[in-house]
Amino acid sequence: MTLADSAALGSHVIFLGFLVGIPVYGFCKGVRVYECFVKGAREGFDVAVMIIPYLVAILVVVGMFRASGGMELIAAAVPEALAGWGLSPDVLGLALMRPLSGGASLGMVGEMVARHGADSYQARLGGVICGSTETTLYVLAVYFGAVSVVKTRYALHAGLLADAAGLVASLLVCRVFFG
Amino acid sequence: MLNIVWLVLLVGSVVMALWTGTTKELVTSVTESANAAFKLALGFTGVMALWLGIMKIAEESGLVGLLTRGIAPIMRSIFPGVPDGHPALGSMAMNLVANMFGLNNAATPLGIRAMKDLDQLNSRKGTATDEMCMFLAINTSSVQLVPAGAIALLAAGGSSDPTVIVLPALIATGVSTMVGIATARILSRFRRFRVEDKGCDDHDAR
Repeated sequence: MTLADSAALGSHVIFLGFLVGIPVYGFCKGVRVYECFVKGAREGFDVAVMIIPYLVAILVVVGMFRASGGMELIAAAVPEALAGWGLSPDVLGLALMRPLSGGASLGMVGEMVARHGADSYQARLGGVICGSTETTLYVLAVYFGAVSVVKTRYALHAGLLADAAGLVASLLVCRVFFG
Repeated sequence: MLNIVWLVLLVGSVVMALWTGTTKELVTSVTESANAAFKLALGFTGVMALWLGIMKIAEESGLVGLLTRGIAPIMRSIFPGVPDGHPALGSMAMNLVANMFGLNNAATPLGIRAMKDLDQLNSRKGTATDEMCMFLAINTSSVQLVPAGAIALLAAGGSSDPTVIVLPALIATGVSTMVGIATARILSRFRRFRVEDKGCDDHDAR
């Protein structure tokens, strides 16, 4: 069994552990599990409706930015000197896209795999960059949206700085491992 | 900051679309993205309800409380503002566990639950607390142990060993998470973040 298989199996076990283990534990503790589940689940729709304005605000500007071709414009403006460090236009494009859209950044890694090969330095670097951070703006919109927080103070600063640190760490680590 | 980023993306996109001649795509994307956002939120309802239901059982059975006491020493140092035994500690722990194992479907509802628990401690609704910002910093920096999506892409592309990226990615995400925690901790002491930002003056933002 490969590492990928065991990781997938581990995830499934934990998933089912949450899903089944919690109600079984609750039943043993005398909780009326069905009634309790329904009571909690009722909030699901409210949360979904609550986050709509936040998601629309973020996804529309991200969608516009992607459609404008601005990403390519910025990425193409990278000086040659940085490319030596592995910060080629497509890597920079990926780094810029990562905090904005999870799906689009995975798509960009897919492009790197197709163009340079799955065992290439670029494809591996792309994969590491993708794994190093989350879709910051999306997480921010959903989590703060659910509690109607509009004044986010320094949350975005911290999130974006962590993204930048993830990028630098990815470049360095890939140099050491695959360089 | 979010105000500025939002406006820059909005205005910047239009300027760049004019520059690259993609105004048609830009205009189409607006309606498409707005629709996609609505569908995404509604499509989320089923999974959301499922995990909020499970969480309710975890709460009433005392499991959350048990977890809260178990991980209290670690969480107390990261979230000093959450009192001992508060359910937010338990729900945040469950969210982080789900995130570590890449259970995105479970992690988001659990994270929202954690935010609601944290909001109970919020005296100024509509404004993020230090604990919320810290929780967000940890979540946005990713704590996933195995980058399943990227590995799947490498494997699909015919890689001889797609899992070579696991250790490098783990190191990189560890660095980003630590920087996120440190930044949130340092920024919470800045005076400019203590006073309220000038938002649109909506006192009843709930």
